[in-house]
Amino acid sequence: MLQPALPDLMPALPEIVLAVGAMVMLMLGVFRKGDTTNLITGLAIGLFIVALILTVLAPSGMTMNGAFVMDEFARTMKILIFAAAAIALSLGVDFVAREGYGRFELPVLIVLATLGMGMMVSATTLIALYLGLELMSLALYVTAAINRDSTRASEAGLKYFVLGALSSGMLLYGASLVYGFTGHTEFGPIADVLQAGGVSTGVIFGLVFILAGLVFKISAVPFHMWTPDVYEGSPTPITAFFAAAPKIAAMALLVRIAVDAFEPATREWQQVLTFVAIASMVLGAFAAIGQRNIKRLMAYSSIGHMGFALVGLAAGTQAGVQGVVVYMAIYAAMTLGTFAIILSMRRPGGMVEEIDELSGLSKTNPLQAFFLAMLLFSLAGIPPLAGFFAKYFVFLAAIEAELYVLAVIGVLASVVGAVYYLRIIKIMYFDEPVEGFVPAAIELRTVTTAAGLFVIFFVLVAGPITGWADRAAASLF
Amino acid sequence: MIDWPILSIVTFLPLVGVALILLIRGDDDIAQRNIRNIALFTTIVTFIVSLFIWGSFDNSNPGFQMVEESQWLGGLVTYKMGVDGISMLFVILTTFLMPACILASAAITTRLKEYMIAFLVLETLMIGVFCALDIVVFYIFFEGGLIPMFIIIGVWGGKRRIYASFKFFLYTLLGSVLMLLAIMAMYWNAGTTDIEALLAHDFPANMEFWLWLAFFASFAVKMPMWPFHTWLPDAHVEAPTAGSVILAGILLKMGGYGFLRFSLPMFPEASELFAPLVFVMSVVAIIYTSLVAMVQEDIKKLIAYSSVAHMGFVTMGIFALNEQGIQGALFQMISHGIVSGALFLCVGVVYDRMHTREIKAYGGLVHRMPLYAAIFMIFTMANVGLPGTSGFVGEFLTLMGAFQANTWVALLATTGVILSACYALWLYRQVIFGPLEKENLKTITDVNARELIVLAPLVLLTIFFGVYPSPINDVTAASVTNMVTGVEQALQAADALNMAATR
Repeated sequence: MLQPALPDLMPALPEIVLAVGAMVMLMLGVFRKGDTTNLITGLAIGLFIVALILTVLAPSGMTMNGAFVMDEFARTMKILIFAAAAIALSLGVDFVAREGYGRFELPVLIVLATLGMGMMVSATTLIALYLGLELMSLALYVTAAINRDSTRASEAGLKYFVLGALSSGMLLYGASLVYGFTGHTEFGPIADVLQAGGVSTGVIFGLVFILAGLVFKISAVPFHMWTPDVYEGSPTPITAFFAAAPKIAAMALLVRIAVDAFEPATREWQQVLTFVAIASMVLGAFAAIGQRNIKRLMAYSSIGHMGFALVGLAAGTQAGVQGVVVYMAIYAAMTLGTFAIILSMRRPGGMVEEIDELSGLSKTNPLQAFFLAMLLFSLAGIPPLAGFFAKYFVFLAAIEAELYVLAVIGVLASVVGAVYYLRIIKIMYFDEPVEGFVPAAIELRTVTTAAGLFVIFFVLVAGPITGWADRAAASLF
Repeated sequence: MIDWPILSIVTFLPLVGVALILLIRGDDDIAQRNIRNIALFTTIVTFIVSLFIWGSFDNSNPGFQMVEESQWLGGLVTYKMGVDGISMLFVILTTFLMPACILASAAITTRLKEYMIAFLVLETLMIGVFCALDIVVFYIFFEGGLIPMFIIIGVWGGKRRIYASFKFFLYTLLGSVLMLLAIMAMYWNAGTTDIEALLAHDFPANMEFWLWLAFFASFAVKMPMWPFHTWLPDAHVEAPTAGSVILAGILLKMGGYGFLRFSLPMFPEASELFAPLVFVMSVVAIIYTSLVAMVQEDIKKLIAYSSVAHMGFVTMGIFALNEQGIQGALFQMISHGIVSGALFLCVGVVYDRMHTREIKAYGGLVHRMPLYAAIFMIFTMANVGLPGTSGFVGEFLTLMGAFQANTWVALLATTGVILSACYALWLYRQVIFGPLEKENLKTITDVNARELIVLAPLVLLTIFFGVYPSPINDVTAASVTNMVTGVEQALQAADALNMAATR
């Protein structure tokens, strides 16, 4: 029987559109005269929206000889990733123009990185996984150093690259071990072999190396060292992008590989992830207390939050994966909202990044201060705000899996974490005001308001969102 | 019966006031007056509507009444509200104290809008705590209250407000997160977060042990019980007057309410096991904090320590595990809500005039403020527990309950009554009596009409419930009897099981 020449590519349509779009944008940037930054940024945002719509519409199924899958989990995570990427890109419009490193390559690189993320989320073989991961990482290394006149940005880019290359190496080594011991690169057959033949020491070695590589990408302890430097050194809109979309993608990949490929080895990876979760939560909480720079603080905060999200995965159950999905969605909203405010910290003399500069913000700009306070309370996990529900679902799963030590250490770490969020609120509300910031650009105010309202009114939409996450998690089990 | 969702209306009515306040622009005198009026009007309407709850409350029904239920959070958690004899009066107490708080905030002029919004949001969250019939919904209201209270202490507080607000927030949060884990464990064991269903559920004995401890961590801090009470004096001293009233009047009662709603009926065996521990902590609280109160130089701090001592009676009464003790604890909580709230309002009256809370700065106020002296006298006596005031009934009943459970505990706790007389009368003597020597006190004015309106209802209720306590006891009786029988049955069943096992 004659096979059609092309496989049914419809499930991969969003990625195909992104890839073609990125190339078109690149051509446009090169051949069109004049400054094309704004045009291409606009196109990139439009492209994300198109990809998002296509993701909703694309049919479920496998393609590319079973290397690429579109299921409910992938769909959900991709929607989050594309939305986060679009928002992060729009946050930078005003900043990039003002700080004077408008280059059309930036949006193109971000589109390419996002394309890599889409592939990661859908990867069902170790090779596809690696391709997606490297596409994302290489683009991100460049964006970190996009401000090439700044030594700090170059340092950030270099650090990120060297350490990232190291972690990619580990991932590859792990993947080759797994291939060697199981004879497969596809997730499904790997699981079948492990199920039938048991988990050998070699596979465990491979598994640990793969986990190490992925843990680096979500910046969890002990592979977190690059995070504060890269967050601080990169231009702030890039940091906002780093903090949201790649984290979601890497977390989704971690979930898929743990649940799809290594489900028979759950006991093995559960131990590793439990340790990583505890270490991240504790380090994130304690190390952030001493920070004076708000971007570094957000870096430690994100380390802590990845620890909390991993609590759900460590449970290794459907409820746990549901918790991870909810956590990442809420985390992305809170982070982007907070970065929108960090991007509005501008005095006539330029951007400021010290936390003390927020002093008395509640008097100089009450609305902004209120939304930032709500976002911070939410990050601290205080009900009735969204952040509480994020933590609620992951810990609920941990308790179900009887990981009591993990849960107790986790909630105690969240109390310690509350200290530094409260400190920012204290600075905004209890301290005497300093000179106010210049009025923020419209897109920053929109994102701040939207994120603030989201965390406050999450209680009203919690039902549909958790149901959606539950369907996504169910597709993996 | 009322067929409209009265509990939800009472709970969320203050948020309507918040919305109205948000509409007001500007910060001039007229805007400030409007903000005050809206806040006052909202709280009064809420109080009046809440009286309908009492009006349609069936005293003879021990179960939950006016129950509302609707799906929420994808079937994992239901939004369920309802009151019984244990919780109903706390709702009324909350709505009753709020207008007084708003009126007592005349001295606040900076950031008035945020102030009133914080208080109205706090009211919603406090009422929600007492109405919630789903344990997760309860937790959300319980913890959510931290945010407005943190802001109230931190923004409008005294000199050490930052230290006090952080200590308050972190202490309470630390206690509560363990309770959250316990709630999750209960969900997986019982398959529901509905309080009514959880009350009927029988938890395994060794699990009860840990769950009880986790709940205890939260409620003991909130109550606060010795030795977890150190956040309270700081928070009280630094909070603005209305903040202190709410803290002493309502927030402390959440701990006692939690014990009665969860610890006792859900974990009866663990409660019996830990009762001696609670007795020791209660007696130490009563005696030790009373002694500490005697050496205070700050009026608010003295009242704060006396609150800890009075809460000692409450915990003692609750864990006496008999009807008198629990009835007394409930009465004591309501009475203390009125009396300690009133005492803080009284301190606020002189603080607004002199801007100091030092006991030494006062003396001989009776010569200039006879009316104030009389009002302060009544509340001081109620605080001591003089027969004829509401303070007596609660203390007497809790002591009676404790006597049945353990005579020594009752004996030691009774010394607390004497000690409370020592510090309260000493305070009264120092502030009110003696010669009027301080220069700046010679022009001090007596309570004005606004302050009288705030304090008069509290005076009336203190005396009314002192001579005629049945309105309160009638409401609580059926539910308390029901709970005590349930606890006793559970204990007997457990005993029978242990007997069978050892045989």
